[in-house]
Amino acid sequence: MINSIDYFNIDRLYEKEEIFVRDSVREFVQDKIKPIIEKHYQEGTFPLDLVPQLAELGVFGITLPQKYGCAEMNNIVYGLVMQELERGDSGIRSFASVQSGLVMYPIYEFGSEEQRQKWLPLLAKGEKIGCFGLTEPDYGSNPGGMITRAEKVEGGYVLNGAKMWITNGTIADVAVVWAKLDGKINGFLVEKDFKGFSAPEMKGKHSLRASITSELIFQDVFVPDDNLLPNSNGLKSPLKCLNQARYGIAWGVVGALIDCFHTALDYSKLRIQFSKPIAAYQITQSKLAQLATEITKAQLMNYHLARLKDEGIVKHTQISMAKRNNCEVALDGARICREILGANGILNEYPVMRHAANLESVKTYEGTHEMHTLIIGEDLTGISAFD
Amino acid sequence: MKIVVCVSHVPDTATKVKIGDNGKTIDPKDVTYVVNPYDEFAIEEALKTRDAVGGEVVVISLGTDANKESIRKALAMGADSGILLKSDSYRDSLSVAKALAAEIKNQEAQLVFFGKQSVDYDAGIVGQLTAELLGFNSVSVVVDFKLEGEKITAEREIEGGREVIETSIPCVITAQKGLNEPRYASLKGIMAAKKKTIEDKEAAAAENYTEILTMSKPPAKSPGKILGEDASAVPELVKLLREEAKVI
Repeated sequence: MINSIDYFNIDRLYEKEEIFVRDSVREFVQDKIKPIIEKHYQEGTFPLDLVPQLAELGVFGITLPQKYGCAEMNNIVYGLVMQELERGDSGIRSFASVQSGLVMYPIYEFGSEEQRQKWLPLLAKGEKIGCFGLTEPDYGSNPGGMITRAEKVEGGYVLNGAKMWITNGTIADVAVVWAKLDGKINGFLVEKDFKGFSAPEMKGKHSLRASITSELIFQDVFVPDDNLLPNSNGLKSPLKCLNQARYGIAWGVVGALIDCFHTALDYSKLRIQFSKPIAAYQITQSKLAQLATEITKAQLMNYHLARLKDEGIVKHTQISMAKRNNCEVALDGARICREILGANGILNEYPVMRHAANLESVKTYEGTHEMHTLIIGEDLTGISAFD
Repeated sequence: MKIVVCVSHVPDTATKVKIGDNGKTIDPKDVTYVVNPYDEFAIEEALKTRDAVGGEVVVISLGTDANKESIRKALAMGADSGILLKSDSYRDSLSVAKALAAEIKNQEAQLVFFGKQSVDYDAGIVGQLTAELLGFNSVSVVVDFKLEGEKITAEREIEGGREVIETSIPCVITAQKGLNEPRYASLKGIMAAKKKTIEDKEAAAAENYTEILTMSKPPAKSPGKILGEDASAVPELVKLLREEAKVI
């Protein structure tokens, strides 16, 4: 039995199968990810051998149809799985988020039937790995300004440009790349052996160290007609993908925070200073009460967000609110847990510092905290604070 | 071939167990129940055997409706169907074995897997008793299992070593840790399990030959004694270990 705070008995709201999946993934994370993740984090490597095991478990493309080799389950399940994976590490959840929300989803949503049949079963089985290229060195919060261009030629397109901060880039077999064709953003499937395409790994990260982050470079890359995503239509297509990933992040970070919370709670009961455990001091209790409250609020927010998403009525601004709030409370909470652990908090004997360092990235990627604030602000006031 | 796997629904070993007011059973309140850990090896071996030689895997559990949770887990791992032998009063090992044997006979199964023991009562004899009642061969505490035609080669753990045994079906195997690595219930497996059936049957009646008189927790540990914090405490420590604790 793995400790996991459920202060408001939210488990009662879930269906049996939803809990079942969560617990199965939770056990997997406990047995297979926790024992190996610190070493990968220290060494800056991604545990690639987990991919077929995660695929066997069925965590890629959870909500997509069974006919493409996916589980065809609901968004609660998708969320709970992301939560459990990130309890292990944000880098593992990022891998699954990208594979599912940013590669399989656009191929399903904007791809032709041939593209779906060719790629989705392989991606679900983890036999092929995908990445998503939208962000550029000079265009992060403002993806519409992208420089990457596609030009129509006989039998296909020629791509030129560069992408940056691309999770899985170096190990990807296929990249979903967004480029401007006659001024309008389109999606292309760029395969790893296409001439002129390279994906060097970005080094020197202090965060998400157990995850591969890359640049994608396109120098006159010929992409055949068949690899254009025919149903993509302007900037709103990649933004729809980001909604999938942001939704997963809103859940995932709660997993990281729960892991920090239980580490800090256990530690506080065992660590004795002066005459009593630090859990007996009011300052520690205040921190733990605050953490438990923020976890509970985030859990409730996620639960309801999932139901809205399953009903098909969720607004992107609601996903922004959950992503914004949960990343912030997770990062702040992880730092508080580090304080409870004192100096021990910085050691890799405990997961807290790793989660805290990861959450610095997670708060910024898939829409910065600031951009989500402005998205909600625009929705409330009707006035956009950005172009 | 029809393969049966018998599954026990037991308190999670991490649960803090309280004795009930009657002093004879545990208080089930706030107890999380799980598939008996040794039965997970039994389920995995049954599934691997089915995948190798064909046939079907039937999960049987004796107990109340709550046991369906454990049956459901076996179905999600890949078993084909489940049977709940309904019984809501305490049964000793022989009584459980009689009810299981009756159903296994009814199923006309040739190969039966059990965990080597359930982690609640820890008797460790239900598998062997069932084999005896059925007139089946049996190998217990198995860490390696091979089936070729009707021939079974099984390795079992014995004190300080291993023993290789050859026998044949029909047979009961009880599984020990190390036999295999049980698979995780996958998302697809969990979805598929929704469509699989669990049949309710009344467990065959059988009397108990034993009775639980009382249950009690082990006596609380007496608090430790700190004799000192440096080498000067060693002579006193040695003396007490010799004279009081009598361990050296």
